[in-house]
Amino acid sequence: MEQILALAKKAAKEAEVFEIASEETRVRFEANRLKHMQNNQSTSVALRVIKDGRIGFATAAGTADKQQLVKDAVETAAFGSEAKFKFPGNARYPKVNIYDAAVESVAIKDMVALGEAIVAALTSHTPGILCEAGVTRGVITVRLLNSRGGQAEYKKSFFGLDIEGNLIQCTDMLFVGEQESSCRPITDSRQVTDLVLKQLDRAKEKAKSSTKLLPVIFTANGVASALVMPLITALNGKTVYEGASPLGDKVGKQMFDKAFSLRDDPSVAYRPASRPCDDEGVPSQKTPLINKGIVRGFLYDLQTAALAGKKSTGNGSRGRGSLPNPAPSGLVITPGKTTFDEMVADIKEGLVIDILMGAEQGNILGGDFSGNVLLGFKIEKGKIVGRVKDTMVSGNVYKLLKDIAAIGSETRWVGGFLQTPPFYCKELSVSSKG
Amino acid sequence: MPKIDEVAQSLAVELKKGKADYLEARFEENQASQIIYRGKVLESIGRSTASGGNVRALVKGGWGFTSFNSFDGLKKRIPLAIEQAQSAGRGKSNLAPVDPAKETVPSGVTKDPVTIPLAEKKRLLDEYNEIIWSIPQVKTSSIRYSDGRKKVIFLNSEGSFITQERSDVTLLLSAIAAKDGEVQQALISMGSLGDFNKITGLHKQVKEIAQNAVALLDAPQAKDGEYTVVLDPLLAGVFAHEAFGHLSESDFVYENDRLREIMVLGKQFGGEHLNIVDSASDPAGMRGSYKYDDEGTPSVKTYLIREGKLVGRLHSRETAAKMNEKPTGNARAVSYRFPPIVRMTNTYIETGAMSFQDIIADIKEGIYAKKMYGGTTAMEMFTFSAGEAYMIRNGKVAEAIRPVKLTGNVFNTLQNIDTIGNDLDMNQGGGCGKGEQMPLPVSLGSPHIRIRHCLIGGK
Repeated sequence: MEQILALAKKAAKEAEVFEIASEETRVRFEANRLKHMQNNQSTSVALRVIKDGRIGFATAAGTADKQQLVKDAVETAAFGSEAKFKFPGNARYPKVNIYDAAVESVAIKDMVALGEAIVAALTSHTPGILCEAGVTRGVITVRLLNSRGGQAEYKKSFFGLDIEGNLIQCTDMLFVGEQESSCRPITDSRQVTDLVLKQLDRAKEKAKSSTKLLPVIFTANGVASALVMPLITALNGKTVYEGASPLGDKVGKQMFDKAFSLRDDPSVAYRPASRPCDDEGVPSQKTPLINKGIVRGFLYDLQTAALAGKKSTGNGSRGRGSLPNPAPSGLVITPGKTTFDEMVADIKEGLVIDILMGAEQGNILGGDFSGNVLLGFKIEKGKIVGRVKDTMVSGNVYKLLKDIAAIGSETRWVGGFLQTPPFYCKELSVSSKG
Repeated sequence: MPKIDEVAQSLAVELKKGKADYLEARFEENQASQIIYRGKVLESIGRSTASGGNVRALVKGGWGFTSFNSFDGLKKRIPLAIEQAQSAGRGKSNLAPVDPAKETVPSGVTKDPVTIPLAEKKRLLDEYNEIIWSIPQVKTSSIRYSDGRKKVIFLNSEGSFITQERSDVTLLLSAIAAKDGEVQQALISMGSLGDFNKITGLHKQVKEIAQNAVALLDAPQAKDGEYTVVLDPLLAGVFAHEAFGHLSESDFVYENDRLREIMVLGKQFGGEHLNIVDSASDPAGMRGSYKYDDEGTPSVKTYLIREGKLVGRLHSRETAAKMNEKPTGNARAVSYRFPPIVRMTNTYIETGAMSFQDIIADIKEGIYAKKMYGGTTAMEMFTFSAGEAYMIRNGKVAEAIRPVKLTGNVFNTLQNIDTIGNDLDMNQGGGCGKGEQMPLPVSLGSPHIRIRHCLIGGK
């Protein structure tokens, strides 16, 4: 890395080298049986240069030819966007616990045993179910160096369980699934299998939804798959800078229900989304985004912040080896006081939405979402009576979250990036076939 | 930097000696460039190079797989993969036989897109972006261009040694219009197997999508409900790929008795006019085309549905053996970081007899849905979004409406396809995702098709 930086400094005024190395081991069960074992080792390096005021960028995965990497980055700088920012110099980073050496020493046989326990839990509960299950462990090392003396290095461990169950009867297919992740070893699979068993219990009977406006409870999964994506786009500093965010000019304004608070938090201990600094070497911070329904801030990386006359919030994220862009680390929604059971008991006729399919295809900027209910349940007279099929819902996040019936008290991490309770929304357009 | 040819050669003997039922290795080296515009601004321009490899072992029905991009300690990767396979293996290995091949397949591209100067690519994209922004009420735009060339060497313990090269070009371009808090979008998604010329000269189409995005702002919304729907070739292709194609991927089916009961060969899935094909061999030169898949199996043309009957499905060597069918050469991996899994290639509904005019002639009130905005499936349920839509009234295409979302059960929908047009057209912008492996280059297409009783949801 030092060599690449030295070479790059000869060809460009400023330079930054970002390296990410990972080693990961996975055990995979298919159709209830242990099927694959995988080990993946990977190293990649990204070089960002500023030459004649413009940004150049190149990456190399595997055995990098250092000269070629510098040449590629310098070539692209001729066309790159104007650099409005400066690389951060040496900084102090907060201590964030994201590494547990115990992860690396989890034996393969223990990973296999976890997978077997998952499969056993599901198959003994629902004979005929076919499970896919994965147990993953790994370590990532991130290093960053820049020409202004900035340097960062951290190591992160991660451990994950994922389950997908599939039950087919004639042409009827039921899908259930959950996942759990941590920076520490997960030794007990029961917490996650219990969630899946609950899905299976609720799906035992079939029910038919009406076609009309209905109250809806989004589970934590439902919040992640339906409600959060439009907000992430709207709270992205880049969308705001471009004038495309419906929230851009609403800082300090009450845009959502008072019960709704959302922040970006990269410092939660042992969460895979946490980190001491972002991918540009900016120290991590907690960023309030929505507080009691009032818009409080947006997420920025260095370049976007400089363009918008703001400061980076430490949300520069490189995604798949690309240039940094603003992106959340770990999003946290403040829980409310109502339990899930209380929400259900309150509804005469309505739906529980657990997994929504195709939710990302709507007009995201405008807050619209819609999709097919992949896993959802009918509520009648305060009770879940069965699973609904061939049912679509559509709505607008801004309208829906303006006046929320209740936010749940039971909060959990979903998809590795969001900690959320269930949301009880007053009415959503539901259409059902048949 | 070690050449992957030498690295691969050095493993050939070791693979044959390894104590496993089957061993293979795959090495890859690629170069790529990418240009992204966000609004008027060129957001990023970059080049990348990558090299790496993997070893995969099969022991007693269990697979071990190790991927790496450091070639240090390469020979230890074979015992590692074998050891993993041993701990996973608890049954019997079963692979359909494939003749070992030794061949080098060049990309066939006369002008490597990666070597075209960045300045030339940028000039073209600048032109497109200016056209988009020349339309009033366009609020923002997005352009993603990428190209790449890739060399993959496959070798296995049965003596295959196959080198294949390919190039790839994709362009995704969208215009977003806004007015009074309403936002509408229209897009073009195109690609080619390395021919840069395929994405030049699109100025007229680019202007049309920008105008369409603006026009949609004032378009009314269709009432939710059941309609007779006509799909254009692109959207019908999406249906063939997303809704049906994925069910033909045998890895879903082969260990699943109940799904096997549904997907029984010979079962009538649609009318006699319905033929659905997946083929990497014919048509050649498409983004889903290749000579050998990532297990070294030669590609073939596979009828999935012929005259309405289910007659075939897509296989890897393992799924073919388990189901006692012939391998179809559909085992593909997006990169060396992944083992091959059963994937589609070029998937399409074969051409029928009827003209578009005749298809819509007897529709009193229906919907004409065009282009694609997105689509997903979960087994028999599918949802996909059109990019444009029109009402059909009294046999004629009438007013434009907001883009619709179609949803339903694939088995019912296949039965409800009552007419197939005579105007097959293929789209090559596709990047298919399955599990973590995306985007995989595919193409898809169809003639216009008509579906009775199709559920439409507006927003």
